[in-house]
Amino acid sequence: MRGLPVGLSNQTMVKNQLNNHREMLLRYALLQVRNEAAAEDAVQETLLVALQPNESFRNESALRTWLIGILKHKIADHYRAVEKQLSIEDHCDSDEKDPNEAIEQLIFNDKGHWIGTPGEWKQPDHALEQNEFWVIFDLCQKNLPEQHARAFMLREMVGLETEDICQDMNISHSACRVYLHRARLGLRECLEQRWFNSKRAL
Amino acid sequence: MKTCKDISELLSESMDRRLTWGERWAVRMHFFMCHSCQRFQQQIDFLRKTAGRYNPKD
Repeated sequence: MRGLPVGLSNQTMVKNQLNNHREMLLRYALLQVRNEAAAEDAVQETLLVALQPNESFRNESALRTWLIGILKHKIADHYRAVEKQLSIEDHCDSDEKDPNEAIEQLIFNDKGHWIGTPGEWKQPDHALEQNEFWVIFDLCQKNLPEQHARAFMLREMVGLETEDICQDMNISHSACRVYLHRARLGLRECLEQRWFNSKRAL
Repeated sequence: MKTCKDISELLSESMDRRLTWGERWAVRMHFFMCHSCQRFQQQIDFLRKTAGRYNPKD
């Protein structure tokens, strides 16, 4: 009896490894392409490239960086294709919230004290099990200024380090820090008001 | 003396980098008298946990 050909078992291993990164790639793609189908296509094409043999990585983090690199190209391809189809439209971002609007002014008074102190969150882990909670979480994310939400998602959902986020978003390190902090303040406030302080959480 | 606003910034940064000894000390001292900032820390920890489980396709 002969065992599985070495190549095949390797490929299965690679597939499993890639599967672990699929979710992360999809999150990343959804940040760039606000169209779920296009985001999924880009991720699938990325995984197809990655499945080709002769690629090996020292660790998961090197693999992730490499995968995101491919995904970026796929997303760029997507935009090129879209541009071909459509005549150039004016981008209208004027109704977007001003990311410079300081949320701190709504949360802290002149002396730097909390205006409304953070309340006690009852059974936060219980919330994670409820579908309704995730609807609220989604809504709270969408309420953030886009740049803040993007920085937060890159950090917490994609798992990038802050240096990589600065590069990815083309912003300074201090802007990155401020965005992340404001995203956390905003999300915390929103979840408290819309979930933990409302009857939903009970 | 650091305010809650300053401490909240440090707590947020502690999620992204290791704070310096002095910064960690300032947070500890502040926690002695401020329950609100302790809660803030627990809550941003929870945000991290939540974001980690978020599935955009749900």
